[in-house]
Order: sequence, then C-alpha cells, then structure tokens
Amino acid sequence: MILLIEQLLNGLQYGVTLFLLAAGLTLIFGIMGVINLAHGALYMVGAFAGAWVSIQTGSFWAGLLAGLVASAIAGVLVELGVMRRLYARDHLDQVLATFALILIFNQSTVLIFGRQPLFTSLPEMFSGSVEIVPGLPYPSYRLFVIAVGLAVAFGLYLLINKTRIGMLVRAGASNRQMVRALGVNIGGLYTAVFGLGALLAGLAGVMASPIMSVQVGMGDEIILATFVVVVIGGVGSVKGAFVAGIVLGMCDTMLRAFLPGLLQQVMPGSEAQALGVGISSMGIYLMMAIILLVRPRGLFAAQG
Amino acid sequence: MKREYLILATVFLLLALVPFLAAATGQTSWTRLVGQALIYGMAAASLNFILGYGGMISFGHAAFFGIGGYVVGIMYHHFDAGTSFLGVIPGTDQMLITLPAAVLVAGLAAALVGAMSLRTGGVQFIMITLAFAQMFFFLFISLKTYGGEDGIMVRRTNALPGLDMRNRDTLYWVVLCFAAAYYLFLRRLVQSSFGQIIAGIRQNERRMASMGISTFRYKLYAFILSGMGAGLAGALMVNFLRFASPDMMHWTRSGEFMIMVILGGVGTLAGPFIGAGVLFTVETTLARYTEHWMLPVGILLLVVVLTSKGGLMALIRKLTGGQK
Repeated sequence: MILLIEQLLNGLQYGVTLFLLAAGLTLIFGIMGVINLAHGALYMVGAFAGAWVSIQTGSFWAGLLAGLVASAIAGVLVELGVMRRLYARDHLDQVLATFALILIFNQSTVLIFGRQPLFTSLPEMFSGSVEIVPGLPYPSYRLFVIAVGLAVAFGLYLLINKTRIGMLVRAGASNRQMVRALGVNIGGLYTAVFGLGALLAGLAGVMASPIMSVQVGMGDEIILATFVVVVIGGVGSVKGAFVAGIVLGMCDTMLRAFLPGLLQQVMPGSEAQALGVGISSMGIYLMMAIILLVRPRGLFAAQG
Repeated sequence: MKREYLILATVFLLLALVPFLAAATGQTSWTRLVGQALIYGMAAASLNFILGYGGMISFGHAAFFGIGGYVVGIMYHHFDAGTSFLGVIPGTDQMLITLPAAVLVAGLAAALVGAMSLRTGGVQFIMITLAFAQMFFFLFISLKTYGGEDGIMVRRTNALPGLDMRNRDTLYWVVLCFAAAYYLFLRRLVQSSFGQIIAGIRQNERRMASMGISTFRYKLYAFILSGMGAGLAGALMVNFLRFASPDMMHWTRSGEFMIMVILGGVGTLAGPFIGAGVLFTVETTLARYTEHWMLPVGILLLVVVLTSKGGLMALIRKLTGGQK
C-alpha cells in the first residue's frame, strides 16, 4: 500500500513534467500547425544551463533562473531563425528541419559540455523528506516539482482563459486563418507562444535535473512521450495535455514499477524483468494507438 | 525513354564494377559502403512510394526494416541452435526461404499497422506510425531469447544455391541485383494503374473517393507493399552486416530514411537511392574525421530543407536541362 502511494506520487511527478513539456508543444502545434521535434532539445538546453549555473554558483535558484532564460532565448532564436520559414510548409519539411535541429543541438551540447552527465544537488530547503502518510517518507523535492507543475497548470489556465493574449491563443488554436484575417499581429503572437513553450520546456528540464541525470540525448527520450501526450490530449488543447500528461505519467510509472514483479509470478526472473520493462515501455504507445482508434483527433481536440 | 535506359544500364555497370575498382585501388571498404548504401536506398525507396507518391508520412518505417532483418536473424538463430521457432517452424539459412519469409512477415506487420494507422490522417498518422514502430522496438528489446538489446549475430551469410555467399564481392553483386530489380519493380508500380490511383489519392483524396475508389483499401495496399520492400531491405542488411539489432528500428532510423528521401527528391524513382548514397557517404566520411559528424550533417540537412524544393533530383534535372 505504501509502495503504491509512493509510486503514484512518482507517477504524478513524471506526469507534471510531461505536462510542462506538452503544454508548450500542444500550443505550438495547435496555433502554428508546426511539428516541433526539437522541443526536447529546448528541455535539454534548460537542464544543461540550469545544471551548469547551479554547479558554478552552488545555488539551485540561480540555476533555475539561468535555465529558464537560456531555454526561452534558444526558443525565440529557433522561432526567428528556422520556424518562421516552416509555417507554410508541409509536415514532412517540419519534421525534417526540426530533426536536423535535434542533431545540431545535441552535438553542440556535446562540444560544449562533453559526454559526461552533469550532476546537480537538491536545493537546500527541499533536500529532506516529508512523511505524508505514516511510514512513508517522501522526498520533499519531488513534492515541490508536483506543486510547481500544478501551479503552472493553474497559471496557464488563467492566462489562456482570462487574458487577452489567452483569447488570441484560443482563437489561434481553433481557427488560424480567421485570426490572421481579423488583423491580429500573428507574427508577434507566434514568437510569444514559441518562447512560452520553450520557457516551460526549460522549466521542466531544470526541475528534472536533480532527479534524472543531465546528459545529451535526455530530450530525445522524453520528446516521444511528450508527443504521445499531445496527440492523446488533442492537438492545441492545454487541458488535454494536462489530463493526458498526468494519466500517462501515472500509467507509465505504475507499469514500470509493478509489471516485472507480476510477470515474475508466471515466468523465470530475468525474462520477466526484460519482458516487463519492454511491455511497460510499450504501454504509452499502446494507449495512444487505442485512443486514436476511438477518437482520431484525441480527447480534447481544439480544432473542430 | 531510350536515354533513361541508357543511364540506368550505365549506372548498373558502374556499380557492378565497384568490387574491381576497390580491389584495384586497395580501398576494399568501398564495396561494403556501396552495398550498404544500396540497401538503405531500397529502404528509402520503399518509404518514398507511400511518402512521395502516396502522401502518407510514415514515421515508423524502420520497424518494417527491422522486422525483415529480425526474420533472417531469428531463422538463423534457430538453424544454428537446431531448435524451432515457437516449437513449430524450424530455422534455416537458405536465402531463398529467409528473404520471402522476411518480406511476408514485414508485409503482415505493415497490414496490421496500416489498417489501424490509416484511419487517422495528418499529424495523428505521423505519430501513430511512430508509436507502432516504438512498440516493435521495445518488443524486440525485451526478447531475451533473441539477444534483447544486443541483437543477434548471424555468423554466416544465408546460402544461395550455386553461389559462394561467403565471398563479400559475390554478396555485393547479389545485393546489387536485388536493388536493381527493386528499382525496376517500383518503376513499373508507379506507372501502373495502381500507382496512378495512389498518386491521385495524394493529390485529392475526396475526388478519388467520389470517383468510386475505395481510397482506404488502396492506401492500405500501398502501405503493405511499402512495408514489404522495407522488410526485404532489412533482410538483405542483416545478411550483409551479419547482425540484427533493435537499433535497426530505432525511431531516429525512421528519421534517417525520411532524410534520404527528402535529400534525394520526394516522389522520384532514383531520388531515394541518390539520397541514401549521399547521406551515407557524408556520414561515414565525416565520422572518419570527427566524432561530431552529426553537427555538419544537421546543418546540411537544415539548409537543404529550408532552401530547396525537390532535393538533389531537382538539382540534377536543372543541371541537365529538364531531362530525367
């Protein structure tokens, strides 16, 4: 029971990380209609900048700030330099150009930081653990990550539903041409949304860095899961990204935690381990396939 | 038309001479490189049939490539160990059996994936094909019997009656013949009424549907055919490298196939082969000088995508004054 609660919390923490990435990606997807495979690279930029600065200064918070700034700047540069030219192109060109960006970002990071992973320490105030239920000490940093994720979700909800910019974002997600026709400065909106998405990706990167190792290729691993979240949630829907992110994060964590053990009861240990890990890695893709078969546009598709 | 045949024959002859040229200049690695490029070209060409002619952007094509390869690997594994697959199908090292089996199994997998994926379109299609490829990728990683993450060593190339397949040059010529045959097959396929329908669906699916054509069925057939081609290429690759691993179906491999198609020219017959040759040559040449070869490749790719329409084939056509 205690293990179950612990894994549920781990799942929630992974889920909000996925949400932070997926929220930006789904907006970019929904509003500009562009498939950005390089979103994971921005997550990596945030993680590396954050880790490096926090190692240099010894302060997690300075690292957090640096990570956010670096990823937002990288995002805006990518938008102005590359993405602009891709909006009118078909998906194929977008996939390839952003795939090229992944190669460029990964190799540049190798050139700057080398292949060794960077390790950062937890911030002072969250280095301990909290006993949430009797007998279960849970790292307070992970709780902090969950809290930040939920706060961002609430902030995005306010931004999108209560402000003028949010109104334009919603309008853009449901009908791009119409927004342009009404005389909205779409170029500025695009850059702003892309920058916001990059900022959120960077935030996810910095938050994840003390838990996972900061290394080249970290973005490639999580970007596929993020795409699954975006597609299941429905392109352009932040609400969908939130729901799908949390559900997928939980499912993935639960499968990984418990499936090998369950399989071990019916087959020999080492094979059960391998098969369990394999099937749990397949889990999210299987969910996506099933959900798309039932709802080809995802759960909360913004576009009609 | 005459000119096209002339060019094809010349290219074929030149490629057939590669082992001799390699021996004469002492660059024995050439045969291996060109052979691999030809096989990648076949995989890219099979993808190009659905992507370029059919307009279906599949991001999971490496799955079929890998499945074809694994069929050869698994059959060899059972042949070597004297066991049988699922206790029923005995292993074999005969190429005349392994290649058709690889094509068949890849076709079945493509039928399964296609039947489900083709219900969606656009972005969702790209992502669902990617998802299926990832599932196959993780499936093969979790199969400890067949090497898991390490893959299967195929210690000896499959046998073909009457040929000494252990000779690398012979193997190269076999690969070349398959590549040439596959090129001619695609050439016919594209010009057939089936190919015309596929192209029609790309241009305007609704119109084709209103002409009474069951577009879903035709797209599925095309998807299966394309998967079979990738399976053949994968089976040849495992024979050529004597190694099958889950790496063959990693998602970045699917991306590479797409790059080859784009680089060479979408919707052209020779494009994917040219793209595969260029990309593979650039990669291996750069890898010899620097471990950071991905950086220049990435920049090159970005420039090609942003600046060109139609890839290298368009460039060639421009240079030769509109001729193919």
